Amino acid sequence: MTALKTARPWIVTRIYRFYRDGFRQMTVGRTLWKIIFIKLFIMFAVLKFFFFPDFLATQFTTDAQRADYVIEQLTRSAPGYVQPVKGE
Amino acid sequence: MIENLDLGMVNWARAQFALTAMYHWIFVPLTLGISWIIAFYHTIYVRTGSEEWKRLTKFWMKLFGINFAIGVATGIIMEFEFGTNWSNYSWMVGDIFGAPLAIEGIVAFFLEATFFAVMFFGWNRVSKGFHLFSTWMVAVGSNLSAVWILVANAWMQYPVGQAFNPDTARFEMQNFFEVAFSPYAVNKFTHATSSSMMLGAFFVISISSWYLLRGRHVLMAKRSIVVAASLGLIASIFTIFNGDESAYEIAQVQPMKLAAFEGLYEGQTNAGLVAFGIINRDKKVYDTQPAFTGFNIHIPGVLSLMANRSFGSFVPGMKDLVYGNAEHNILGAVQRMELGKKAVTSLDAYRQAKKAGDEAAAEVQLAAFNENKAHLGYGYLNKPEEAVPPVALSFNAFHVMIFLGTLFPLIFIGYLYFSYKRTLEQKKWLLGLGTVTYILGMIASQAGWIVAEVGRQPWSIQDLLPVTIARTNLTAGTVQTTFFMFLVLFTLLLIAEISIMVKQINIGPEEN
Repeated sequence: MTALKTARPWIVTRIYRFYRDGFRQMTVGRTLWKIIFIKLFIMFAVLKFFFFPDFLATQFTTDAQRADYVIEQLTRSAPGYVQPVKGE
Repeated sequence: MIENLDLGMVNWARAQFALTAMYHWIFVPLTLGISWIIAFYHTIYVRTGSEEWKRLTKFWMKLFGINFAIGVATGIIMEFEFGTNWSNYSWMVGDIFGAPLAIEGIVAFFLEATFFAVMFFGWNRVSKGFHLFSTWMVAVGSNLSAVWILVANAWMQYPVGQAFNPDTARFEMQNFFEVAFSPYAVNKFTHATSSSMMLGAFFVISISSWYLLRGRHVLMAKRSIVVAASLGLIASIFTIFNGDESAYEIAQVQPMKLAAFEGLYEGQTNAGLVAFGIINRDKKVYDTQPAFTGFNIHIPGVLSLMANRSFGSFVPGMKDLVYGNAEHNILGAVQRMELGKKAVTSLDAYRQAKKAGDEAAAEVQLAAFNENKAHLGYGYLNKPEEAVPPVALSFNAFHVMIFLGTLFPLIFIGYLYFSYKRTLEQKKWLLGLGTVTYILGMIASQAGWIVAEVGRQPWSIQDLLPVTIARTNLTAGTVQTTFFMFLVLFTLLLIAEISIMVKQINIGPEEN
């Protein structure tokens, strides 16, 4: 009589099954995942997209322009700023 | 203070950042702290093989999971705010923070995602040893994920290891180790993580005390308390020591913050630490009103000891730091404003010379800029008194933190003593106090951040960049809208956390 030997599944299959069974057995976890997905959707698809553009990335096309803009903010924002006279 | 708030764009952006950071910090310290405590519970289970310890470990793991899930990604909103509300700042520090924060995000994510799943799904499915290793790695990964954001925060308070590039308008990292291991950063990390462990211990004690008061899950509650109180006691003592070290660092690099949170207007030798006092909210740095209203107690010499490690040493007050003190060789904001204005003028002239292709003039202006760049931020102040942070808020937050921080080890000792005497269940007064210790711990933790962040105003980068220049040119209305959106979003998340948590606490640990 030949004993039937079950082959050990491939590592990727075992990892997949590990996660699949883990997720299936979740109780509170299901609610938590729903909250996570809703939260991430609100954050990235709504807040980031409509309300939080990266100011410098959207206003300027090159890093040189962004640097110029920030330097201008740094130099022209000081109280009593006076434009230097040419040649001074 | 509140009554003097200028609700312009900068203040709305600050309020929004404070709101998001404080909500974020409701979830973070519990994750950091309780992860270690669970690792100890799990270790005891593996060593004893006791099913009761397994049940206990799984219960606290479940509550940890709820907190982690609700809190995850709440910090990302702060990154959104950097790009939108604080674009100048964001541009200027990108070289210092960008790569390390990105690496940290990726490493921490994979570390946590891998071991988090094994920790929760691994019961009876992986070996006990690997399962326990995973639980420890979740604790390590969670705490490591806090490293760079705390280093970044420390750098803003003590900007070492950098050089400002006037061509790109960016602070560039010159020495990684100086940034990562500055004493300020080390203290900030140890203080944040040890206080978080204390908070985790209080979370366990609060819930366990509630069970004991109701006579439910008595064995689990008592066992949970013994481990949590032991770790909490060690963490609370460690927190006091690294808190003291933080105060010393602050005295060296942010003396104005120290003076503000101690309500010290006039510099003193043998300066006393305020043990009790009600700060005079109306006092200004230039007037002669008393700093405190009514009765106050100072412990002589202790503030000098904290600030300089010497009882008789001089601690500068806010007046010294605003108007200068020649006798003690202290440059005031008045003098630094002049130097700061020179730095700004040189920077502008340098740019103009570069544009005109006049390299010789550019060299001269760059040398002049470098001479005064340490005072750059002062060049943007309108008046020297603007260098003073909100004193009453800093003072009150600091003293609430200190009072509670002193009380906490005593609470842990009380729990351990009565557990040892086997009379804990009869000490209803202690169990009653125990149920609110988590809230007290959270108040102390939030107060600590108020001290750190309000106390450093007006700077986003200490002495170099005030918040008024770090901001983006937006209208206040834009920020107001998102402020209230966040308020609603975070409040809903908090309600979700509390209701799911309360439901699970009511259910209690699962029967095996």
